[in-house]
Amino acid sequence: MSKQINNNESFLKRLVGNQLFIPLIALILLAVINLINDPGFFKITLGTNNAGYPVFSGYLITILDYGSELGILAIGMTLVTAASGGQDISVGATIAIAGSAMLRILCGGTSRPTEIQAPIIVAFLVACVVGMLCGAFNGILVAVFKIQPMIATLILFTAGRSIAAWINNNELPIVPDPKFAYFGGFIPGIPIPTTVFIVIACIIVIALVLKFTNLGLYTQAVGINENSSRLNGINPTFIKFLTFVILGLCVAVAALIKVSRLSTINYSVIAKDIEMDAILAVALGGNALSGGKFNMWASILGAYVIQFLTTTLYKFNVSSDALAAYKAVVVILLVVFSAPKVREQMGQLGKKLGSSKKGVA
Amino acid sequence: MNDNRVLEMRGINKSFPGVKALQNVDFSLNKGEIHALMGENGAGKSTLIKVLTGVYTKDAGTITMSDAGEVQIHSPQDAQKCGISTVYQEITLCPNLTVAENMYIGRGEGKITNWKKMNEDAEKLLKSLEIPAKATQQLANCSIAVQQMVAIARAVDMDCKVLILDEPTSSLDEQEVEKLFGLMRDLKNRGVGIIFVTHFLDQVYEVCDKITVLRDGQLVGEYEIKELPRVKLVAKMLGKEMDDLSDIKGEGGTYEGKDADEKVFEASELQSNAGIKPFDFYIKKGEVNGFTGLLGSGRSECVRAIFGADRVIKGKVKMHGKEVNISKPLDAMKNGIAYLPEDRKVDGIIGDLSVRENIILALQVLKGFFKPFSKAEANAFADEYIKKLNIKTASADTPIKSLSGGNQQKVILARWLLMHPEYLILDEPTRGIDVGTKVDIQKLVLELAKEGMSVTFISSETDEMLRTCSRLVVMRDRKVVGELSGDDLTQNKIMSTIAGESSV
Repeated sequence: MSKQINNNESFLKRLVGNQLFIPLIALILLAVINLINDPGFFKITLGTNNAGYPVFSGYLITILDYGSELGILAIGMTLVTAASGGQDISVGATIAIAGSAMLRILCGGTSRPTEIQAPIIVAFLVACVVGMLCGAFNGILVAVFKIQPMIATLILFTAGRSIAAWINNNELPIVPDPKFAYFGGFIPGIPIPTTVFIVIACIIVIALVLKFTNLGLYTQAVGINENSSRLNGINPTFIKFLTFVILGLCVAVAALIKVSRLSTINYSVIAKDIEMDAILAVALGGNALSGGKFNMWASILGAYVIQFLTTTLYKFNVSSDALAAYKAVVVILLVVFSAPKVREQMGQLGKKLGSSKKGVA
Repeated sequence: MNDNRVLEMRGINKSFPGVKALQNVDFSLNKGEIHALMGENGAGKSTLIKVLTGVYTKDAGTITMSDAGEVQIHSPQDAQKCGISTVYQEITLCPNLTVAENMYIGRGEGKITNWKKMNEDAEKLLKSLEIPAKATQQLANCSIAVQQMVAIARAVDMDCKVLILDEPTSSLDEQEVEKLFGLMRDLKNRGVGIIFVTHFLDQVYEVCDKITVLRDGQLVGEYEIKELPRVKLVAKMLGKEMDDLSDIKGEGGTYEGKDADEKVFEASELQSNAGIKPFDFYIKKGEVNGFTGLLGSGRSECVRAIFGADRVIKGKVKMHGKEVNISKPLDAMKNGIAYLPEDRKVDGIIGDLSVRENIILALQVLKGFFKPFSKAEANAFADEYIKKLNIKTASADTPIKSLSGGNQQKVILARWLLMHPEYLILDEPTRGIDVGTKVDIQKLVLELAKEGMSVTFISSETDEMLRTCSRLVVMRDRKVVGELSGDDLTQNKIMSTIAGESSV
């Protein structure tokens, strides 16, 4: 009997101690609020879209769809945070650059082409290269020149959108091929948003990378103790550089989705403020922003929690301008809850509850 | 409570997940007494100190001070208010502030700082304690020894009733230790109670009045220094009678393979950017040799150059007679060289990672980025070495930073042994480690050498070097000044070579 209580206690402790605890609790909380407010929130209906194909719709689908870019960025941001102990604030601007490069290839420099000038795959690969080059630029500043990540990435954060506009001579080309819109929308006949599949593909790739390489061990080692890592034969400079390049790749994928959603681009608005949400996703996942140990899945879950929150706020008719203020409240709660002191007290509370149960029994 | 008492701790309990760090421990301290707190690593010395200074909160027990009665200490500030000051083993000052700022930080009680007065006061205090530092100098620019002394000056200046010195001498050379002892005796005469934690038995018998011994988190006893001769003290700490410390060299024998004369590693005119003069060096198969010299004489820089830890700017390196290029640690590792660094905390452990990950790290890096060990393999390696080296840890998943210093060192040692190196470099492997573990490590070194591993051993304790090494390279002022072997391996000869009296 008492053994079982002990088991319960340690289970509770393990639960509270787990990194997925905070994002899961936040997710459940949001779900409950929505359930009380309007159970219809969770309804998913099968309708038809303008083109006459069947599609699922509903708030949950919206969350899954629009959380995609953030989920993908969270992967790269987690690695950058772990290895360098800092964050990349240029991802929104580099999405604009990669997206603009993609459009330039697709539209060939004219703003209203009648057909696409190059296969989509070529355009996407070019965007990947551009994204990785941006990542490499940030990575070199951080890893080789030892500039603080936030300062290093401030350069592209500031200049990125201008560069993006310059790539297309400040025109807003429109992709004429409806196939291009599949990536940010629906493939005819498949009722689930394509973005969901893209995210799943990304998650599978990173899961395989983490399983079959030492990326996880090396980034964490470098983030925790660079000196020791070096003396153990790891090249910290390269690892940091690598994480920024990987984030660049994530940026290119996110850019594909973003540009595909509109089939065009708006340089000053595309992926605006997404860097802060991506950083928030990492923090929400319980990862220390000072680097070191990380939990990839908690970060990705964190990204969807943020999208869940955004969608919920829209549902409550909060205007998009006021959104930031509400998010700030969540950040405060989050920071307080993940503080070690509060966690310790929560653990003690759990212990007390356990022992009072014992008394009753 | 006795009139003379300044501090009494009764029935102190403290547990961590999976470990009872302190069980019902008593400790008392008189005015004007230097009281040694002894025990092996993990015996609970540090925990007891941390309970007293408010870093940890005790689970049970009472702390009583002579003038304040029973006190509750929940934070280092509380401890400071009670007149308890601490100088920790690892420097806990802020390297980016000046010496004076470090001495007065956190003591202003919110008042506006008078910078000029602060600097003047600091300068005066530094002078009176003969500490070679300027008040306005940035702390990071001082040597470790001076930083330590600044920490002591800070504690001394706080009018403390109880001064805790946690391994203060581990990074000081002999002269500095003498100066510190002078300071301690001075404070003792002024009625300060001093708790002295150290691993150096000589030092205990030089300055202390009383000894309290802990073992496995429990109190063994409190003794007058005269009543407890050295051998007995060690026996109390270990809980068993010790093997004879004095001669372990003869026991194992030496490596007797056919290739015993082969030079495993040879360097000529090797020089790194760490400011050492070019030096020649070789080691034979199954040989144990060492670098000796004063602190800062370039011992560590030499072995760092061998391992490629600093940037090599000059010199040729041969392994088994074949020229190889070692420009970074990975090159050295690929050639079968392992290096246990001097500063465990800065260069050795990866604090937040588990014991298992810390053990497999070097071999994993050597195996390659695209070939991670499976969970089962990693577990097998970790379990093997936890058992082999008798590492005390709750599990292989425990973060290494929560282990005691000696056990952390064993984990790092395990990391390199797992690599099965041909040539193992140990830089101060026994610093800050208890006697039992020290002997274990020395024995291990000799065993490894017997099996054919070449080992370079560096230690600040000369007798330890004499016990293990068959050849010593002597350094002075970042330069190799001599080499001793055979009958020349005596304390006196080493001393005179270090001092430069070549006429002996």
